[in-house]
Amino acid sequence: MTNLMTGAEMVVRALRDQGVETIFGYPGGAVLPIYDALFHQDFIKHVLVRHEQGAAHAAEGFARSSGKAGVLLVTSGPGATNAVTGLTDALMDSIPLICITGQVPTHLIGSDAFQECDTVGITRHCTKHNYLVRQIEDLPRVLHEAFYVAQNGRPGPVVIDIPKDVQFAVGTYIGPRNIEHKTYRPKLDGDPGRIAQAVALMAAARRPVFYTGGGVVNSGPAASRLLRELVSLTGFPITSTLMGLGSYPASGKNWLGMLGMHGTYEANNAMHDCDLMIAIGARFDDRITGRLDAFSPGSKKVHIDIDPSSINKNVKVDLGIVGDCTHVLGQLIEVFRAKNASINADALTKWWAQIDKWRARKSLSFKNAKDVIKPQYAVQRLYELTKARDTYITTEVGQHQMWAAQHYHFEAPNRWLTSGGLGTMGYGLPAAIGAQMAHPGSLVVDIAGEASILMNMQELSTAAQYRLPVKIFILNNEYMGMVRQWQELLHEGRYSQSYTAALPDFVKLAGAFGAHGIRCSDPALLDDAILEMIETPETVIFDCVVDKTENCLPMIPSGKAHNEMLLPGEDAAIETAIDAAGKMLV
Amino acid sequence: MNAPAAPLSPYSSALGKANIEFHTLSVLVDNEPGVLARVVGLFSGRGYNIESLTVAEVAHAEHLSRITIVTSGPPEAIEQIGHQLERLVPVHKVTDLTLRGNAVERELAMIKVAGKGQDRDEALRLAEAFRARVIDAAIESFVFELTGAAGKIDQFVELMRPIGLVEVSRTGVAAMSRGPKPM
Repeated sequence: MTNLMTGAEMVVRALRDQGVETIFGYPGGAVLPIYDALFHQDFIKHVLVRHEQGAAHAAEGFARSSGKAGVLLVTSGPGATNAVTGLTDALMDSIPLICITGQVPTHLIGSDAFQECDTVGITRHCTKHNYLVRQIEDLPRVLHEAFYVAQNGRPGPVVIDIPKDVQFAVGTYIGPRNIEHKTYRPKLDGDPGRIAQAVALMAAARRPVFYTGGGVVNSGPAASRLLRELVSLTGFPITSTLMGLGSYPASGKNWLGMLGMHGTYEANNAMHDCDLMIAIGARFDDRITGRLDAFSPGSKKVHIDIDPSSINKNVKVDLGIVGDCTHVLGQLIEVFRAKNASINADALTKWWAQIDKWRARKSLSFKNAKDVIKPQYAVQRLYELTKARDTYITTEVGQHQMWAAQHYHFEAPNRWLTSGGLGTMGYGLPAAIGAQMAHPGSLVVDIAGEASILMNMQELSTAAQYRLPVKIFILNNEYMGMVRQWQELLHEGRYSQSYTAALPDFVKLAGAFGAHGIRCSDPALLDDAILEMIETPETVIFDCVVDKTENCLPMIPSGKAHNEMLLPGEDAAIETAIDAAGKMLV
Repeated sequence: MNAPAAPLSPYSSALGKANIEFHTLSVLVDNEPGVLARVVGLFSGRGYNIESLTVAEVAHAEHLSRITIVTSGPPEAIEQIGHQLERLVPVHKVTDLTLRGNAVERELAMIKVAGKGQDRDEALRLAEAFRARVIDAAIESFVFELTGAAGKIDQFVELMRPIGLVEVSRTGVAAMSRGPKPM
């Protein structure tokens, strides 16, 4: 094959050379040459979405579930601006994306041409890096460098903006070998001195806890294996952020459940009372820490992260270790073994006894009902009926997302796809489409809310076109549930604009898109309905009509500390849970 | 708002509460389009301060530019600024010259002063005392060029104000550590 080709052909060739088999996109004037190049080949499968935001979230779902970079291709102007939410989402959750945008020809840049926007200017703040390729000579390098930057270090989205004349221009293609960024070299191994210090702290700890995050998932399956090894080697309890679920199995005996605003009583109290916190690939987000000045006041803190700027950003730590989770976990295990380090078993036994007392509070419990489906019950049944299968779960954002995190239990990483940092309603359906493209034979369920699902409902048409059997499991309470809950907590029950008065008939809507619709409002019929959903070989919308006013508990009210949780059965406390200072927070 | 009742954890980050310090950062970057926007955007996006900023290419063959930024904030914030800058892909190196200590800092300013008679004499006398050079002289005005630490320039500008200060153009601070080693 000759290496002389057009810019558009280079794009397709580079994607192929990077091992990309699936891309998500939407054509338009400024990317027509690339679409033409796609037309002439059948190695790369293009999934036509219905909105560019959908393309970005689908690429995220593909990336998160497969560990590979997700790729989207969109046109200039509105194509690029529509992708911005998905790019920001990927930046916040450290998801490797390559977003190729068309641009008006170079001689028109800056003239307010039709469908022109300053794509690199707009996306500078919501990408890890971005490029405007002004000449064909730069294109091959930029294409491969973009993959390197997106996937190395802390992963993130990279935009490549290609003017239309550059797509038509002819140049010499260079393959991915020998192309890496001139200077960008993330540090992978932890500093050996600091590893030794961490092991010494672990050996001396009386009340230790592992606090893990999405970085463990991003680091790859080996990180999860090593994490499990380290937990069993030490016997320490472990909790995880929303993004890290699955890296340690929920059935593992050291598992405390998720921590944070809607985390378990045992996880949050262990964080508050521990004397050694080992944070791995987590970033001390405000959903995790609660009130910062009361966050785990008596602990030594070790923080392992590939991004040096994460260390000491929100919380000062005693020992920061910059490195990739897989490398650092491996080093910790090696040194722990080599030094024949032993843990303080007596103290640890006492610590576990304390944790068991917190566990006994059963903070995820709820009062089930016979006449109405409780949303927690719906997730529990979904879990029981799908756990034996090869299942991927995506979510939208809100109460249903937290109930899914609390009541669906993950045994492996990359199985749980949710919008954590940005909290993007409308993420779940396109992410499910992306996950289904990566795993055609698997069961992919989007646990949704009726408000969120309407935000990217148009992607149902994509699912229909590609016959993707994604299951949309809507916990329908007719409210933007989390907004309603906060209005109850903060604004004396003035439910301003949080009720959706004109919802569609989701069963009929499914029919309109060629999908199968199921509605269930009776707890006694729920299991059969869920089984029907699972066994239906096509796309399904499941309208699960649930209790309208259920609150998502437990909860650390905003402005409160880990040991000031609002627990189920304390409904009277809800109205006074948040003080004036907390009201200011989000 | 209610003051927190519980004692403060010694581990909570005290951003915005601690003593404000001024630091001079040297940042070596690839001289590529948008790199300055990235650096400046990082400061505005994360709410950091820029007191002064200078930038120019320093190695043409390697396409390297050096940005000198004077920033202010609590020490924790300044440490964070350094890490955030290092995170930008085209940034090669960040050095906090203030933290390293003993750096030389210079700024160049042009100062236009208008006046007649005694005021002109006074302006020239002060310029001599500050070792400012006259780079433009007209019947009713001078343009002085003054190089020095930022404080020295501030002082000179204040002295010129009553005499007939018209305008000031300053480059911002350029800085370098003393001794044989690079940044």
